[in-house]
Amino acid sequence: MSAGRQYPSEFVDRLIAGDGLAFNELVDQTSGGIYGLGLRMLGNAQDAEDMLQETYLKAHKALSGFEKRSSLNTWLYRIATNEALMMLRKRRSEIHFDPEPTTQEEPGDEVEVVDWCCLPEKEFISEETRTELNQAIAKLSTALRMVFLLRDVRGFSTQETAEILQINEEVVKTRLVRARLKLREELSGYFRERLRGQVKNG
Amino acid sequence: MGKRGHCKGQLKQLSAYIDGELAAEICAQLEAHLQECSDCRVVLNTLQKTIDLYHVPAGDETLPEEVRSRLFARLHLDHLAGEKPGE
Repeated sequence: MSAGRQYPSEFVDRLIAGDGLAFNELVDQTSGGIYGLGLRMLGNAQDAEDMLQETYLKAHKALSGFEKRSSLNTWLYRIATNEALMMLRKRRSEIHFDPEPTTQEEPGDEVEVVDWCCLPEKEFISEETRTELNQAIAKLSTALRMVFLLRDVRGFSTQETAEILQINEEVVKTRLVRARLKLREELSGYFRERLRGQVKNG
Repeated sequence: MGKRGHCKGQLKQLSAYIDGELAAEICAQLEAHLQECSDCRVVLNTLQKTIDLYHVPAGDETLPEEVRSRLFARLHLDHLAGEKPGE
């Protein structure tokens, strides 16, 4: 499965030629996904909106030089993730300390073994669970979070993720394993409590 | 229920197993292990569920209307829409 949708060559040619209607269409088709990624990468709506606007301003300027070596979607996400990384770096330098999570990135020696898959579906779609999912992702380092967001949240392939982040595929795979295991561990702690609550409440 | 410290070697394989990226021989060994080890089956199932819970296809995400309005204003898309290609 891949999120790297392909646009017809004729549409891409119109974009490169500066066709405003085509650009309008591109923005409408892709901005929801870019904004959602920004929210999860940056953690707040204002920064996500700034990232969104900068991404399309830069994309619009750079489109005339688009060489079709990568897919248009991959190219757009590369601009967006670079923008997000720049904002995170700027944020760190402005507050004079590094808020990057420093928890161990290798899986720990102990693994939470609790089977929470059996919880009722309403547990997984509750507002509280959504908040927990977001908090768990915010605890990942930027490097792990980026890979997880592109691969598992958005559904880009390993190769596309490597292209977007300009790292090699083995690095993508290693980071993805670490991110998944850390998130599973976090969620297991959360859902263990939910299971206990269920038992208590009969 | 609780913490377990064994099967660390299989932990990293479970992720590749979910993606269907394990070599055939290792895959067969892991599946044999999963038959025997209920803890690893729990970890596999909860790992898959974790991935499923987070997955949101781009097409399912919509831009809030006010964010879209400000984006289009910033991009001067009304003006762009009036341009002819190549101008």
